[in-house]
Amino acid sequence: MLIENEVVLRNLLIRGLTGDAVAYHEFLKAVSVHLRSFLRRRLANLPHEVEDVVQESLIAIHNQRHTYDASQPVTAWVHAIAKYKLVDLLRRRGNREALNDSLEGDDSLSVSAGTEAIDARRDIAKLLNLLPERQRLPILHVKLEGLSVAEAASLTGMSESAVKIGVHRGLKALAAKIRGGT
Amino acid sequence: MNTDDLIAVLSTKATPVQPNAAARRYSVAAGWSFLGATVLMASLFGVRSDLVDAAMLPMFWTKIVFVASLAAAGLVAAMRVSLPGVPLGWAAHALIAPVVAIGVLAAIQLVNSDHALRSELFFGTTWRSCPFQIAFLSMPMFIAVLWAMKGLAPTRLRLAGAAMGFAAGAMGALVYSLHCPELAAPFLGFWYSLGMLIPTAIGMALGSRLLRW
Repeated sequence: MLIENEVVLRNLLIRGLTGDAVAYHEFLKAVSVHLRSFLRRRLANLPHEVEDVVQESLIAIHNQRHTYDASQPVTAWVHAIAKYKLVDLLRRRGNREALNDSLEGDDSLSVSAGTEAIDARRDIAKLLNLLPERQRLPILHVKLEGLSVAEAASLTGMSESAVKIGVHRGLKALAAKIRGGT
Repeated sequence: MNTDDLIAVLSTKATPVQPNAAARRYSVAAGWSFLGATVLMASLFGVRSDLVDAAMLPMFWTKIVFVASLAAAGLVAAMRVSLPGVPLGWAAHALIAPVVAIGVLAAIQLVNSDHALRSELFFGTTWRSCPFQIAFLSMPMFIAVLWAMKGLAPTRLRLAGAAMGFAAGAMGALVYSLHCPELAAPFLGFWYSLGMLIPTAIGMALGSRLLRW
């Protein structure tokens, strides 16, 4: 099973690296399935984070695809990148958790904070849909999903400065809409 | 964004990539830093005046082979740790072999020499400056390998930092050996190694900060 996986992934990736978009699409799909089970085992306590790390790993795999050495197994390459992203997540969570503990501590508070956050997210989604794409996507990726400007730029195909401008103008426009709406 | 959409977006950006990115980056890094370190060495320390005579001595070439093989092994090690999932592998042996060889040679020279000469074989005349000048000459390569790694994807950052520092130190030692008058194996084995370990330790300490991506 594993060896079969390796051969399939390797063929698709090598064709993808020469610019074959169809093979590359197949490769990313197969890798995402593989990554999900790889990460699910390692994030057994944080199942809701799995998909985020899958996506971050996919973006990293795409951005670093020139670092695949054809003499090495693809799965080792993919796993190393996924582990790197996993450690990144745990480090970030470690920092945030430390902050949360000292600030909250009370369970009843954090439950209401949770539902409020969900409400707020729904409102933001509604407001965001009012914005043009060039502002909506940068805000979505950078401010809500927490990607870096560079990652958002490579995802949307916009330049980094366009992403920054989009975030800036979009937030301004959102503020104006909120003021106008109340 | 859901994962299928993300995959669809990413696969529209399947522009072809050139193979051997690491080898290409590292040959540029090695070329420029050899040039840079040589210019630094020639202008600040000076090439040893009897280089032509020294080139007749077997021990001179032993020294060159010692540092050149470490520089090559350091370069390969740095290149391998720059790629996700590639183990150090045989590069680890290639790093240890020259040190063991010079250690054996040093022991033979010490055992076969007079009691009175032993400290001369170990300290030479330049032990005070040697490690620091090697560390100084490692700077161009340190910066060049940092540049190379920033364009690749090291995932074990402390190890990558150490490999970066060691490759830089060995390149510094290679260039320094054209200035340095010492030829005794005990001197080379200890003070040269110390000089190379200074940037290695710095690289290891800074690795996780400098190399994050």
